[in-house]
Amino acid sequence: MLEIRDLRATAEDREILKGVSLTVRPGEVHAIMGPNGSGKSTLARVLAGHPAYNVTGGTITFNGKDLLDLEPEERACEGVFMAFQYPVEIAGVNNSYFLKAALNAQRKYRGEPELDAMEFLELVQDRIKVLHIDSELMRRPVNEGFSGGEKKRNEIFQMLVLQPVLAILDETDSGLDIDALKTVAEGVNAMRNPDRAIVVVTHYQRLLNYIVPDFVHVLSDGRLVKSGGKELALELEEKGYGWLEGDAA
Amino acid sequence: MTTSTETIEQLATREYKYGFFTDIESETLPPGLNEDVVRAISAKKQEPEWLLDFRLKSYRAWLTMKEPTWHNVHYDPIDYQSISYYSAPKKKPQLASMDEVDPELRTTFEKLGIPLEEQKLLAGVAVDAVFDSVSVATTFRSKLAELGIIFCSFSEAVQEHPELVRKYLGSVVPYTDNFFATLNSAVFSDGSFAYIPKGVRCPMELSTYFRINAASTGQFERTLIIAEDGAYVSYLEGCTAPMRDENQLHAAVVELVALDEATIKYSTVQNWYPGDKEGRGGIFNFVTKRGACRGRNSKITWTQVETGSAITWKYPSCLLIGDGSIGEFYSVATTNNRQQADTGTKMIHLGKNTRSTIVSKGISAGFGQNTYRGAVKIGPNAQGARNYSQCDSLLIGDKCGAHTFPYLEIKNASAQVEHEASTSKIGEDQIFYCRQRGISTEDAVNMIVSGFCKEVFRELPMEFAVEAQKLLSISLEGSVG
Repeated sequence: MLEIRDLRATAEDREILKGVSLTVRPGEVHAIMGPNGSGKSTLARVLAGHPAYNVTGGTITFNGKDLLDLEPEERACEGVFMAFQYPVEIAGVNNSYFLKAALNAQRKYRGEPELDAMEFLELVQDRIKVLHIDSELMRRPVNEGFSGGEKKRNEIFQMLVLQPVLAILDETDSGLDIDALKTVAEGVNAMRNPDRAIVVVTHYQRLLNYIVPDFVHVLSDGRLVKSGGKELALELEEKGYGWLEGDAA
Repeated sequence: MTTSTETIEQLATREYKYGFFTDIESETLPPGLNEDVVRAISAKKQEPEWLLDFRLKSYRAWLTMKEPTWHNVHYDPIDYQSISYYSAPKKKPQLASMDEVDPELRTTFEKLGIPLEEQKLLAGVAVDAVFDSVSVATTFRSKLAELGIIFCSFSEAVQEHPELVRKYLGSVVPYTDNFFATLNSAVFSDGSFAYIPKGVRCPMELSTYFRINAASTGQFERTLIIAEDGAYVSYLEGCTAPMRDENQLHAAVVELVALDEATIKYSTVQNWYPGDKEGRGGIFNFVTKRGACRGRNSKITWTQVETGSAITWKYPSCLLIGDGSIGEFYSVATTNNRQQADTGTKMIHLGKNTRSTIVSKGISAGFGQNTYRGAVKIGPNAQGARNYSQCDSLLIGDKCGAHTFPYLEIKNASAQVEHEASTSKIGEDQIFYCRQRGISTEDAVNMIVSGFCKEVFRELPMEFAVEAQKLLSISLEGSVG
């Protein structure tokens, strides 16, 4: 599904990704771990097409398409979703209106009929239960005045409504208390199926207790330095990242 | 309200086809301004002596005045002697079909959803003569007349209701008020007049489209609206203008009078030609709008969405004279490319327990410069007066500017005045967030801007709000990415 080959990327002329290769197949859950500044979030944002990053080398193929050739909104419509580490506030724009616009833009792209207000409402009611979100949240402006936990839950909620093919979670666990963490994990697990892949970017092993990955990769200084099964996460928790930085050198 | 608005819109549209004055000689006065020109205008309109006197004393006052320079807009000096001060209806060069119309203009019309017949009219395609400076006659007037409501062109009001015009003309904006208002008082061409009698609630939105069509003809509209005790009226003023390559001066005066318990809502969507990307050829819009809440518990609400003009200089204001009277100002002003706007309001609290609300939203894109200038004055007798002001600026790109000049003058210790201001930028992050969800950049900008303007849009009648939103997205097209 996703094939990353020797990906290199810079931000403000500083090289952050220094040749990353990764293969993600349908149905798999991958965790990308690594110390601060290792390039984890950059990898997520480059996949989503964030304009602040410059891809200087390598390829990304997504379901047979050259992902780097697509605009961010086209990537979204192809089914790439990123849950933001810092969800953005949009004053005056109703959360539900925003999500409906997004869903219909994606449906239009795929040649599907757009949902009307009633159909959308039904869909929302259905998905909102999974995350124990107060439906009041839907009427508030996008992320404005949301607590940290509400913002993260809102990201996962959007994911549940948009039903992406590839979901990338960028440090979704940061700033969450244990209850919120469990709720978020529940939402993500509800998404797991044989046709969908999930990439979880995280600093801590904690989230992986709830979203159990098939593969764990360690990113250090812009390179993947180690890959393994879910037990690698536990090993990292015990030994710390310093253990691997030696390897990378 | 919605249905009645539609009816009015339909009627208004129909009028463009059939309802113009045709009995006025087609002629334009040669450029230049002197007492003879003022007399000629008055004579052409067969005005009574007292009105000629009003014009002449205005003209004489104007000669002693200087063009203001305190504003934050910049333009080449206007040569007032090169302007023609009277332009009777005349035919524009006619085009055989819509195919001959500038494609860019056609696209704009389509985006605005203007009906084809009206498109033809606006673009000068053979349908009927296109007029300027002379107001549209109003066919649904008789319907209003049954309620005692007078809604007609200003010139007609002078002929048919001289006592009302004489009583109120210049009573809110004195003829010596300011350079542009005084010029208007001397040479005003036409405009609208509305009178709502005691206790009558006007059942429909009164709607007038002002259009500027003849090249290099200054536009000097004069509008006067009077709401008697307990009356209610909602008045809509909207404009679209065809492309122009010469600067056009527009100096209108609008006066509103609200008596005891009366309410006037005055809504404007302004979409005059802003000039090309380099700022050439746009309209200069120097307008004086003021409402007097003379009566107890009277209320005046100004709502404006300003997307057009090269220069906008406009401060719709309220004189809160009656005890318990309310003034409101809701504004969205957009500047893109080389547009400049210096706009805001004045709330003058004179009566007891008077209240005012100011919500100003400035949007700047391209090289646009947007200035909010507002004054809140609380007089010594305005016991218990309250004001709330909120001024928000939104910047798109890094070459535009937003400026805020709030002035406060408080002479009563019991007054409560609140002012909030914010400046935000449509961030790359906001747009990226939308795009990551599948929403295009253009739609993302529209969504963010609409969200920003929400508090103002909801003050507009429904259809107007839709039109305003469309205008906004057109005027900001291509401003990002």
